[in-house]
Amino acid sequence: MSKAIQMTINGRHEIFAVGHSGSRWEIPDEETLCTTLRERLDLTGTKEGCGQGACGACTVLLNDVAVPSCQVLTADCDGANIVTIEGLADPVTGELDLLQKVFVEKYAFQCGFCTPGIIMALKGLFIKNSHPTRKEVEEALAGNLCRCISQYHVFEAAELYAQQLQELQEGGQQ
Amino acid sequence: MSKMEYRYVGKNVERIEAKEIVTGKTIYLDDFKMKDMLYVKSLKCPYPSAKITKIDISKAQAYPGVTAVLYYGNMPRICETWGISAPPDIPVLHDYGCYVGDTVALVSAERPEIAERALDLIEIEYEQRTPVLTVEEAIEPDAPLVHPDYYDSNICPVVPIVGEDMMMHLKRGNPDAAFEECDYIDESDAQYNSIGSPMAVESPVVVWQYDVHKNSMKAWASSQTPHGYRVNAQLVQNGMENETTIFNVGGGFGNKAPMTLPTQWAAIMAVANPGRPCKYVMTKTEQQIAFDERIGMYMRFKVGMKDGLIHAVKGEVYLNCGAYNTCGQWQMGVGLGEAQIGCGKCKNWDLDGKMVFTNHVQTGPVRGFGGQEIRCAMVPVIMRLVRKAGIDPVDFMAKNFAQTGDGWFWRNQEWYDCREQDYAPVTYETAERFGWKDKWKGWLKPTKIVGNKAYGVGVANHGNADVGEDNCVAYVRLDAATGMAYLYQDAAEQGCGQRSNARKIAAEVLDMEVEKVIVVLQNTESTGYGQGPAGSRGTITTLTAVTRAAEDARMQLLQLAAEKLHASPYDLETKDGMIFYKNRPEQKWPWVALTPFGCNILGEGKYYADYSKSNYCVYFAEVVVYLETGETRLVDVAVGSDVGQVIDPATLEMQFHGGFGAAAADTGLMEENVLDRSTGRVMTGNLIDYKWRTFNDFPPIEVVIQESLPEISRWKAVGLGEISGAPGPAAMMMAISNAIGVDYCEYPASREGILKALGKL
Repeated sequence: MSKAIQMTINGRHEIFAVGHSGSRWEIPDEETLCTTLRERLDLTGTKEGCGQGACGACTVLLNDVAVPSCQVLTADCDGANIVTIEGLADPVTGELDLLQKVFVEKYAFQCGFCTPGIIMALKGLFIKNSHPTRKEVEEALAGNLCRCISQYHVFEAAELYAQQLQELQEGGQQ
Repeated sequence: MSKMEYRYVGKNVERIEAKEIVTGKTIYLDDFKMKDMLYVKSLKCPYPSAKITKIDISKAQAYPGVTAVLYYGNMPRICETWGISAPPDIPVLHDYGCYVGDTVALVSAERPEIAERALDLIEIEYEQRTPVLTVEEAIEPDAPLVHPDYYDSNICPVVPIVGEDMMMHLKRGNPDAAFEECDYIDESDAQYNSIGSPMAVESPVVVWQYDVHKNSMKAWASSQTPHGYRVNAQLVQNGMENETTIFNVGGGFGNKAPMTLPTQWAAIMAVANPGRPCKYVMTKTEQQIAFDERIGMYMRFKVGMKDGLIHAVKGEVYLNCGAYNTCGQWQMGVGLGEAQIGCGKCKNWDLDGKMVFTNHVQTGPVRGFGGQEIRCAMVPVIMRLVRKAGIDPVDFMAKNFAQTGDGWFWRNQEWYDCREQDYAPVTYETAERFGWKDKWKGWLKPTKIVGNKAYGVGVANHGNADVGEDNCVAYVRLDAATGMAYLYQDAAEQGCGQRSNARKIAAEVLDMEVEKVIVVLQNTESTGYGQGPAGSRGTITTLTAVTRAAEDARMQLLQLAAEKLHASPYDLETKDGMIFYKNRPEQKWPWVALTPFGCNILGEGKYYADYSKSNYCVYFAEVVVYLETGETRLVDVAVGSDVGQVIDPATLEMQFHGGFGAAAADTGLMEENVLDRSTGRVMTGNLIDYKWRTFNDFPPIEVVIQESLPEISRWKAVGLGEISGAPGPAAMMMAISNAIGVDYCEYPASREGILKALGKL
């Protein structure tokens, strides 16, 4: 017997059937959110690096909290609001989110495979705390691995993002 | 010589893939879907050495959704001559397992989870054999054999590769006589055998498709180099033709060139399933325990120093190949070459190299490629001589590294006179920026002791001549109608910005907007030969070929325009898709106006291998040792190089930073695949147990870059990335030794080892 679940993914309402009939249209209980995003919705910006919750390449926002989507079951996401890397830029104009812009400006990537996860982890941090210290940035990204070593440039990007956010906020207040 | 001002060279230009990367639109191979795709999984042997005594695949074959189950007894006929490694003597599937994780059977299925379930239905029994897990065991006269049905010893056979007899025995001068002249001599064993894994975050992925009518293959791979991948596949597939395509690569680190194991598994399944693309995606655990690891280095050697210079080296060099070998003899040839570069003044050598099979996972190419391994093994032994002589190690490093006028035998056993290099200035500048004079208190003396923490500093250097390795071809096509340029070059993008730098160089030569140069997707049918960025070669090899191709295209364009204008092409210039007289730039014509209708111009550029120039990296490390626990931490780093001329400042800086990652510098203190010697199992098959440096564990790093503008190419630039961390481990061993006041070397450093050295265990 299948069960319907629904969630919002990058602003779009999605409904899935969860069950074990063996139908390819049904999501089994054990399917991870990472697999659903990549295999069923073609949201391949979310990368599966390790499938062990250790590398952070699959990080997405689940109700504004950064989580490794390989450790989340889709069946548990009923009613959730999910944002992936594809959901950050303006869906109409394609204009990059400010955080994406500072990553480009600061060359905060090399091979780029881990970058979507790093950006989403930072996004989750800044939702909670718009003025994080360097230490808080380091801790927020401690679950994201980058083998090419973009870390020093990511720190620069995070610092620039915080500055520009503050300028925007101050501009808005004026 | 003064530095020239360029439009793009030396300036940051946004990477081609930048916006795709930050929006998640970049396509890596696992993101690529094909119609009728099949998924391949492999059954692993649980023992380090075992003969298969019984295998029954009937239940797996009958499982719904399974299209094929292969084992040694039913491989497709044309695959029976294929090998699993080089030389290709051992079939892809064979009736024994020779390491924990060796593949003994394969399943293809409509979906990956079906293939997984079918693996569990294969019934298999083994008879265990006695394994050999170390080089020392494997070279004993009566050692158990790793491949008893194929070889009568554990010494891996050497055969010509890429048309060359690789240097396995380095002989120069007369070491025995030279030792008589030495002031100091040391004789000991040394090793760099921590089997660290480069482990790109993107696991190895391959897709193979067999066309039964043409008897040829199409391949897609997460490889660093389409042509290198294609050639290696042909080496182990009895010459089977293939066309290889490469998308973006999620990190390479030298480890994703041939990818022989998943390649052969997917390829034989493609033959068993004609017409259907067969995909093999390694899990992270497979990548960690059953994919190409770094070769192990074990040396027994004698080294002598005279007047502060290494004067003679003699001994044996053993590479631990693991169960199979793909590039061992190549790595031996390059490693012996790089040993000479580091000891550039030494004219007396006798190093006899052997590759040794053990019942451990296959080794393969990894950044460092023999050089990092031999240098890390040799430097701590050499430093004992330097210590005995009371010489400052910075002076030693600066004076012993090869300079113009020295030379070396390289992998092909040819002699090369070193040209256009003197790395002493950058060695001393980096020392100054690190604060060496203040921190260095003398041999085996800590920089400072604070409570139970002892601080020490160390230094090491390294260089390789891979930077000019292998021939390379590029093409530039100018489309006169649109004013666009199309660049056909060999380097896939693995993160170091090589495709973007190639685009930048073409735009510089053609003096046009960089956005109007399109870099064509890497495919063996549409791009010329090259080995991509491997070994930091792309800066010299690919960029030289691209430069010459763009120059050729530019000259052809100006000749066509000159015919139309009845002028000399040397009086004309092109800029931003327009042509004009040099002395009348105000009057200009678009390319299309001065060329025949439908005109496409194809420029060709070739680069020929040259091993006469090495790159360089000097690495300073400050390490704190917790004297009560033996714990170590890296607290300060300075890395320096003379790169000739900077092509792209941001990506160059990140190549220096990259020295921490991918089993380079961090094999000094933390990275290690731990082998359980009682079972032969690797115990670190996940990213929790395999320790990496995380975002909250990065020390301050000082990057020192000099630009001496050597006359080696139009851009006078030399690649760096491969070696930016290579000297790090040896520098850290010196730092620990100085911190604790006792000679110490163990890769990576362990708490137990340090406490033993301190006499506390």
